[in-house]
Amino acid sequence: MRILSKPEVCIGCHLCEIWCAVAHSRSKDIIKAFLYEEPKPVSRIVVEDRMPVSFAIQCRNCDEPECVTACISGALYKDIDGRVVHDSSKCVGCYSCVMACPYGSIRIDKSTQKVVKCDLCDGDPVCVRICPNDALMIVEEGEAYEEV
Amino acid sequence: MKKYDFVIIGNSAGGIGCVETLRTLDKDASIAVISDEKYHTYSRALIPYYLDGKIEFDKMYYRPLDFYERMRVDALLGIRITEIDFDKKILKSDDGVVGYGKLLLATGGKPFVPPIEGIDKKKVFTFVKMDDVIGIKDALQSAEKAVVLGGGVIGLMVAEVLKKRGLEVTVVELADRVLAPVVDRTTSMFVEDAFRENGVKIITGNTIKKVLGKENVESVVLEDGTEIPADLLVVGIGVMPRIELVKDTAIETNRGIVVNSRMETTVKDVYACGDCAEVYDFLFDAKRPLPLWPIAYAGGRIAAFNMCGIDREYTNAIAMNAMHFFDLYIINAGLNVADDEEGYEILKKFDEENRIYRKIVLREGKIAGMILVGEVERAGVIINLMRREVDVISFKERLLDGDFGYADLPESIRWRLLYNDVILGVVREP
Repeated sequence: MRILSKPEVCIGCHLCEIWCAVAHSRSKDIIKAFLYEEPKPVSRIVVEDRMPVSFAIQCRNCDEPECVTACISGALYKDIDGRVVHDSSKCVGCYSCVMACPYGSIRIDKSTQKVVKCDLCDGDPVCVRICPNDALMIVEEGEAYEEV
Repeated sequence: MKKYDFVIIGNSAGGIGCVETLRTLDKDASIAVISDEKYHTYSRALIPYYLDGKIEFDKMYYRPLDFYERMRVDALLGIRITEIDFDKKILKSDDGVVGYGKLLLATGGKPFVPPIEGIDKKKVFTFVKMDDVIGIKDALQSAEKAVVLGGGVIGLMVAEVLKKRGLEVTVVELADRVLAPVVDRTTSMFVEDAFRENGVKIITGNTIKKVLGKENVESVVLEDGTEIPADLLVVGIGVMPRIELVKDTAIETNRGIVVNSRMETTVKDVYACGDCAEVYDFLFDAKRPLPLWPIAYAGGRIAAFNMCGIDREYTNAIAMNAMHFFDLYIINAGLNVADDEEGYEILKKFDEENRIYRKIVLREGKIAGMILVGEVERAGVIINLMRREVDVISFKERLLDGDFGYADLPESIRWRLLYNDVILGVVREP
């Protein structure tokens, strides 16, 4: 499963970043997460915008992930259903994956100095669900897809 | 004699990269991994983190403990191969012989120890193998003053750990600055400042002439006559390809084992990757040892494809490092070019107060080098442009922005780069 972005309909509202951070916060509550939680939750998705262009980008679960190649601790691995998984308990924060990921989709959590990445929300990605303009879509493994 | 379809000598990044790919491509083949170290696959790169107390011993393992079982691989650990018969395809050791169909040499590197008088004393360590680590850990109990020989990535990582463990630490580096081959002068200054601020003494333009002491090291004498007391000496200069197994055989060696872009050595059905081999650095336009974790793993993967009869080439290897010293984070890649070197255009951003430095090196409109200090997020985007040889002239100033991304690229390039999935090697069209 992969999440792909449709730049032609992305309006650059950054709501996917907000809700991604909430989904990965401790409270899962938008008010609490942003106002009271320390450390602040980190979004796994990045909206790039240079208006009028905008699109969201996150882990693409590459067939041959460069992050897994670079990971010195074995924290990053590709599991049998094709997801690239990050085991935070093994992460030492060396940032080799930050160096290796061609999409810039491994993010640094400054509070722990470890990295975080998209985990596909266990199969029901909140970014896809909340995008007000349907600018994110799910593509299943092996399914032919045409990216813009 | 047991014969395997695939035998891999080496149990670290290169070997594991090969095993994982072989098993993905071929579910039935018989595979053996041989290592002269007796340990389950572990990550050498984690040694500093372990000595630092940042991780427990069990986190040193590079793959889960059931890895060999899950991969259906025979792990022949603690066995040293002494000779290879390339005609009969047999590996000899004191414990018997093993036959192979295809062989990968991923024997790694060995620490370079310069011939210094007295360097064979006790409490002198290198920093590559598990047994070194156990020795250092033990020595740390009583040591108070440490000298680290070598101001490269390894030496500096050791120095930081020793400092954090409460030792008085002096780094001795032969060049006039630390990390000289890896980064530019400005970055070296950032790094030296970080060490000095944290109380590590750095001596450059000097080296150790003599190691003094009865049985254990007690002090070192530098070229200029300075004597530094030390009860622990760590030699962290660097690694050399470990090629003694194939020296004076039909396998061609240079500094490392010579391989082509398919990771094939000069002997049929024998491949090599990782720190023991040379690899084609496309920016450097020459083969050279690149003893880096991602290069080893990727080389193992490319070798595995070719060992299974699938044509793949490794064409985009470059030098790259992700480093951190105290709270200073650095990612660099490509060529390390001085500011006044001819034939290059240098773009720079320097913010001393916030310790942010970005340097992009352009050659004929393409990125040939990059150093990011302090602001390393999304470094991979720039490295991708480098490896894909994208002409960046039309948006070059943007490369210095902390939030540089694909949105800064012209439309046609942007979608071409984001469309394709990532592959490591590309087989050229015939």
